[in-house]
Amino acid sequence: MTTLRIKNARKVYPNGAEAVKGVSVDVEEGELVVFVGPSGCGKSTLLRMVAGLESVTEGEIELAGRVVNDLEPADRNIAMVFQNYALYPHMSVRKNLAYGLKNRKTPNAEINSRVDDAAKLLQISEFLDRKPSQLSGGQRQRVAMGRAIVRKPAIFLFDEPLSNLDAKLRNQMRLEIKKLQQSLDTAAIYVTHDQVEAMTMADKIVVLNDGQVEQIGTPAEVYGSPATTFVASFIGAPPMNLIPGDLSENGLNIGGTVLDHTADHRGPVTFGLRPERARLTSDANGIAVDIGVVEELGAIRLVHCQLGDHELTVTQDSEEPLPSGRMGLEYAERDAMLFDRDTGHRL
Amino acid sequence: MDKAQFSSPWMPYLLLMPQMLIIAIFFLWPAAEAIRSSFFLEDPFFGKATFVGIDNYRDALTGSDYQRTAWFTALFTILVALISLGLGLMFAVSADRVLRGQSTYKTLLMWVYAIAPPVAGLIGVMLFDQHIGPLVDFAALFGWDMRIGVNYWDTGTAMIIVATWKQIPYNFIFFLSGLQSIPSSVKEAASIDCRSEFRRFWTITFPLLAPTSFFLLILNITYAMFETFGTIDLIVKDQPGNSPVTLVYKVYRDGFRGNDLGGSSAQSVILMLIVLALTIVQFRLIERRVHYN
Ligand SMILES: Nc1ncnc2c1ncn2[C@@H]1O[C@H](COP(=O)(O)OP(=O)(O)OP(=O)(O)O)[C@@H](O)[C@H]1O
Ligand SMILES: [Mg+2]
Repeated sequence: MTTLRIKNARKVYPNGAEAVKGVSVDVEEGELVVFVGPSGCGKSTLLRMVAGLESVTEGEIELAGRVVNDLEPADRNIAMVFQNYALYPHMSVRKNLAYGLKNRKTPNAEINSRVDDAAKLLQISEFLDRKPSQLSGGQRQRVAMGRAIVRKPAIFLFDEPLSNLDAKLRNQMRLEIKKLQQSLDTAAIYVTHDQVEAMTMADKIVVLNDGQVEQIGTPAEVYGSPATTFVASFIGAPPMNLIPGDLSENGLNIGGTVLDHTADHRGPVTFGLRPERARLTSDANGIAVDIGVVEELGAIRLVHCQLGDHELTVTQDSEEPLPSGRMGLEYAERDAMLFDRDTGHRL
Repeated sequence: MDKAQFSSPWMPYLLLMPQMLIIAIFFLWPAAEAIRSSFFLEDPFFGKATFVGIDNYRDALTGSDYQRTAWFTALFTILVALISLGLGLMFAVSADRVLRGQSTYKTLLMWVYAIAPPVAGLIGVMLFDQHIGPLVDFAALFGWDMRIGVNYWDTGTAMIIVATWKQIPYNFIFFLSGLQSIPSSVKEAASIDCRSEFRRFWTITFPLLAPTSFFLLILNITYAMFETFGTIDLIVKDQPGNSPVTLVYKVYRDGFRGNDLGGSSAQSVILMLIVLALTIVQFRLIERRVHYN
């Protein structure tokens, strides 16, 4: 069964700002859906509409088959983990975890066993009697997770829960959250602006831009066949090379260089090629590029080169000889993507 | 913090001098003088002073007038502090609901704070004017013939209301800023965890306001006991005879109207001890206070 259904949700803030412009998303049972997009695209707003912290201007939020638009957050059977953890500073960790259960008149024995279980799972048992101010950032993060877990909600809502942690801890916690979510087999929405986090955690990615859905798909889908130039440039690091060109009978003309291309479309297009799907060769007879700056990243290197007037990035194994001068560029035709230059949609 | 280095060991003391001088002249000296004269019976006309030991204290503490004033002061202080705290908190909570994130309103409300206390005090006194005061007329509607300055409790009621009224904006603004400093995500987390807004207030908001409340409680007690002098003076000016007054006012009345300098000094020494006790309580509790972050 579908756990959560967002149908054509719109949000207009009192000041007139339209933050969400008609978004529909389904979250299946046990699925982890990531909302990803640049800052200000409406991810948090959409999540908060699901939580009941923001009213829904138009559309429906359906949780477990029931429209919850008019329900209080406490009545929605959701649990949320906030970016700054939002722990109750005057309560011990144990009380923080128990608070939501107590207010729901859960029997004490049940509360204690759930709190102890969650604490064990998150390895915070030894901190149960401390106040949040006596914990490190990572530990607070776990407590915030614990507070969500003990409630056994229909769905977890995460709003950039890792963005206050340092890079190393973030990578570790990201894996832990994913594992935890899978073992609990509970649906979750995870909001982030970090595309790496989105790719690694998601069962399904929803790419948002300016209050609208750009694409919904598995990580492989949004990476492998981006629906728009926005998705193409947002997902994947380094981002896809996007170069304006023109399609005619002769092929694809990019700044004077004509590439073979067997597409039916004619007219202005954007040519897309992932840096990791391009190869540099010493034979400059095909497409010739001029090598510019080379960035060494350890295992791979980023080679910035010039194709006519256009910048292009190619990734290369560090084992290969250092490129320089004028070189050839090769790629498989199926890796080259064409987008309508006006709408940005994939052709 | 950095420790400043002075070339001469006397330099810090020199810099402290002006402040010390002010404290000495305006506080230490009068205080010492009060303590000294509290042990004497001063003849107001010839300036002769007779040492009487603790007689002034005994007379003050056992005098029925003093006891009556002390009881009134206690009642006055408790009511003024609690009612103005309660109302200030109530207004702050309703304002906070409207204000979340809207700084324009907040600035407007700050203006209330800047203007209100002195003006409100005067308006308050006017409201209870025996001849033109609308509140006196209002009480008359319910058959309450308020006789300010004549009836002890009528006057007392007016004093309590005006003093409370004057203090509300002050409490309001502190409570409001306390409320606004509670992160909205904490409130949101609570709204997911707890359905009842009433319960949320008492389990989350109020405990988080506790440091503010405590600070304000001490402040309000001090206000009610010592800073309401002007208000009381405005109300009882014409008929000080049978009107209730606070201990501070009685010090002034006995000393300057009654010319009993020794007795008045003894009373002010007692008040100093009360202030000392309040200060100690305040520091003790502030030290112990949990710091949330
Ligand atoms: N309370 C509000 N009133 C008016 N406009 C708002 C409000 N909250 C957010 N917005 C606007 O709505 C848009 C979406 O905001 P939202 O917080 O959902 O973005 P986001 O995708 O979560 O961004 P970020 O990654 O920075 O958190 C933004 O343009 C923002 O300015
Ligand atoms: Mg956000």
